[in-house]
Amino acid sequence: MTRPELLRVDKVTKAYPGVVANSDVSFAIAEGEIHALLGENGAGKSTLVKMIYGLVKPDAGHMSLRGAEYAPAEPRAARAAGVGMVFQHFSLFEALNVAENVALGMENPPPMKALAGRIKAVSAEYGLPLDPARMVGDLSAGERQRVEIIRCLLQDPKLLIMDEPTSVLTPQEVDILFKTLRQLAAEGTAILYISHKLEEIRALCDAATILRRGKVVATCTPRDRSAREMAELMVGAVLTPPARAGGAKGAVALEVVGLSVASPIPFGTSLKDVSFAVRRGEVLGIAGVAGNGQDELLLALSGEVRAGREAVRMDGVGVGDQGPNERRTLGLVSAPEERLGHAAAPDMSLVENALLSGLVRKGLARRGFIDWAATEDFAATVVRDFDVRTPGTDVAARALSGGNLQKFVVGRELSQSPGVIVINQPTWGVDAAAAAAIRQAILDRAAGGAAVVVISQDLDELLEISDSFAALNEGRMTRPRPVAGLTIDEIGLMMGGAHGMEVAHHGQ
Amino acid sequence: MFGGIDPGLLIASLMVASVPIILAAIGELVVERAGVLNLGVEGMMIMGAVCGFIMAVQTGSAVLGFVGGALGGAALSLIFALLTQFLLANQVASGLALTLFGLGLSSLLGQGFVGIRPPATAALPFGALAEIPFLGRVLFGHDWVVYLSIASVAATWWVLRSTRLGLILRAVGENHDAAHALGYKVRRIRVLAILFGGAMAGMGGAYVSLVRVPQWTDGITAGAGWIALAIVVFAAWRPWRALIGAYLFGGISVLQLNLQAAGARIPVEYLSMSPYLITILVLVIMSSGKGKAALNAPASLGQTFHASR
Repeated sequence: MTRPELLRVDKVTKAYPGVVANSDVSFAIAEGEIHALLGENGAGKSTLVKMIYGLVKPDAGHMSLRGAEYAPAEPRAARAAGVGMVFQHFSLFEALNVAENVALGMENPPPMKALAGRIKAVSAEYGLPLDPARMVGDLSAGERQRVEIIRCLLQDPKLLIMDEPTSVLTPQEVDILFKTLRQLAAEGTAILYISHKLEEIRALCDAATILRRGKVVATCTPRDRSAREMAELMVGAVLTPPARAGGAKGAVALEVVGLSVASPIPFGTSLKDVSFAVRRGEVLGIAGVAGNGQDELLLALSGEVRAGREAVRMDGVGVGDQGPNERRTLGLVSAPEERLGHAAAPDMSLVENALLSGLVRKGLARRGFIDWAATEDFAATVVRDFDVRTPGTDVAARALSGGNLQKFVVGRELSQSPGVIVINQPTWGVDAAAAAAIRQAILDRAAGGAAVVVISQDLDELLEISDSFAALNEGRMTRPRPVAGLTIDEIGLMMGGAHGMEVAHHGQ
Repeated sequence: MFGGIDPGLLIASLMVASVPIILAAIGELVVERAGVLNLGVEGMMIMGAVCGFIMAVQTGSAVLGFVGGALGGAALSLIFALLTQFLLANQVASGLALTLFGLGLSSLLGQGFVGIRPPATAALPFGALAEIPFLGRVLFGHDWVVYLSIASVAATWWVLRSTRLGLILRAVGENHDAAHALGYKVRRIRVLAILFGGAMAGMGGAYVSLVRVPQWTDGITAGAGWIALAIVVFAAWRPWRALIGAYLFGGISVLQLNLQAAGARIPVEYLSMSPYLITILVLVIMSSGKGKAALNAPASLGQTFHASR
């Protein structure tokens, strides 16, 4: 296994005001190697690949590509040198079609007609069928990722960087992606694969570099290590899974019957005939690839989008036509996925943000006047109970890091002694220790008699905390099933299978 | 002939009346397609009107007057570009301030030029073609700026639809973060678009003071910039629809003048407010269409772009 070295990163350092994102990072990738870059959120993975892709310039250190000095001043230079990148948050334009999106990522695109032909040819070759004339806004997340991959492949890259590519895919789509990646590696393309999903890395990668707080803490061969070993290297601590009390379930607290609503979001997904029921003490986990109606379901349950009166029932009473505050009065709390701008007002203080959602249930106003003392108490309680790292409760929500703000907005809802809890992506962007704490808090509320709906794209999380499991696919929801006894294959099929993908058949 | 109004003459004069609005609207359309909302069109137009007028009077050349108008409008838009693209100021507030500033500054600059006649801009000599009944008057009886305005619509349509430049411009307006991630210079592209918008609005303003009126008085553009802004929305950010919209509004203002001249028994005030009333009406109808027009809007429109990390 002595393949020629392709890229060497040598003692690269990059600091931002107040934080060192990368400190003396060194590693090397050989041609045709699939190399994993592992680390928690904020470990410096994204900064590192942005430097390789020319989006960010290192403060110190060198990179070399095939032995020659490599210091791309901009992505264009990186692409010219044969480095392609598939972004975590897609760098796509929804109102443009597939061919136009591909053309924007190329240096010298051929005329549109010729380009459409090449897109069809290459996408078929790698088992990722795409129609060049379709509007990207109408595509599923998996199809959008194909657009990004095809955009890179058309430029014949020597190194392909993939930033968390599987977070938006069903298990079947992940399989197909891996086959495509292995095929590319066999053709000599090196792949730098960023993820924190350890089982995937064990299945796919030849080597791994593990980052913690901007430093390389270990390099290993993933196949020889257990997922648990790698996780502890990543986190630098021993992890304890949340404990759950398997108590008896009570009466149905939240019932949804034939809920259909149009999406208020441009290019959103309408909900179609969604029905389910959640008992007191039960956690219902709802999975699905992003953009299959999760946001809309949260809006419909929280009351931001109204439906027919009997479509949503709490304790047998129809509340489908009522707004968020009426539902809060009855005991329903909700935490949406988008923290800044939806769950919290970015430029208002934590105290003010606590008031916005706690007003009704915590009785924070009297005769129209705000009881600031009680509000400050409430905010301070949330900060203390959920270990929110902040200089004080008077700082703006915007000033908190994503993980800390997430702890605050989830804690704010869970601290209102709710009867029904609806949460979308409870631990998105939160580090492992804090995620475990949030999951534990959710389980505690369920044990205390609350009915919980957790919407998440993290399957491991759902399997860990849910009693029953359902999936959203293009706005329709499957019948909830008990988690015990579910296999990953069944879950994948519930999530919609592989959306018409086929396995690569190139070179056979 | 009906109601004392000649249709050929009506069409010919509405084409002339629409020129300032078309030029300004096409400029603003490009700016908005790049994701920038510049509400200072009125200010840039009137700066173009006064600069164009001064230039034309001083040099004795109407063509140089239009160049001066374009430069005046572009110069004012440069202030907007500086404020919104480099100092990251709010685009709506900056645009409104630009209009107020432009109105005041133009009034100051134009003080010595009230009551002067600018050099004339003659119709292009089409010879015998202009003698064809009806068609000759509608198609071949105009000055060069009328043809330029239509050519600018065609050129903008073609550039936006079929060229890489147009694709990049649309991409920047759709999703500036993604465009930045792909390595496009969002700020540079937007500044250039803003300058283009300023120059076009300035040309439109110069047409008002050099051809339409033709003399200099304070507030000479009389809200044409606001109509141009409304037309961009009305056109759903598409060039040919902007042309249709501008002709519609031009037609209404010409018609009300003709009706006044023909002695229609409606108070003059109602007639002269009609183009503005219809502007408001169109905006209401377009935006009430359940987000249908909104779906066509560039997704990054009016958002401040800052390249972070």
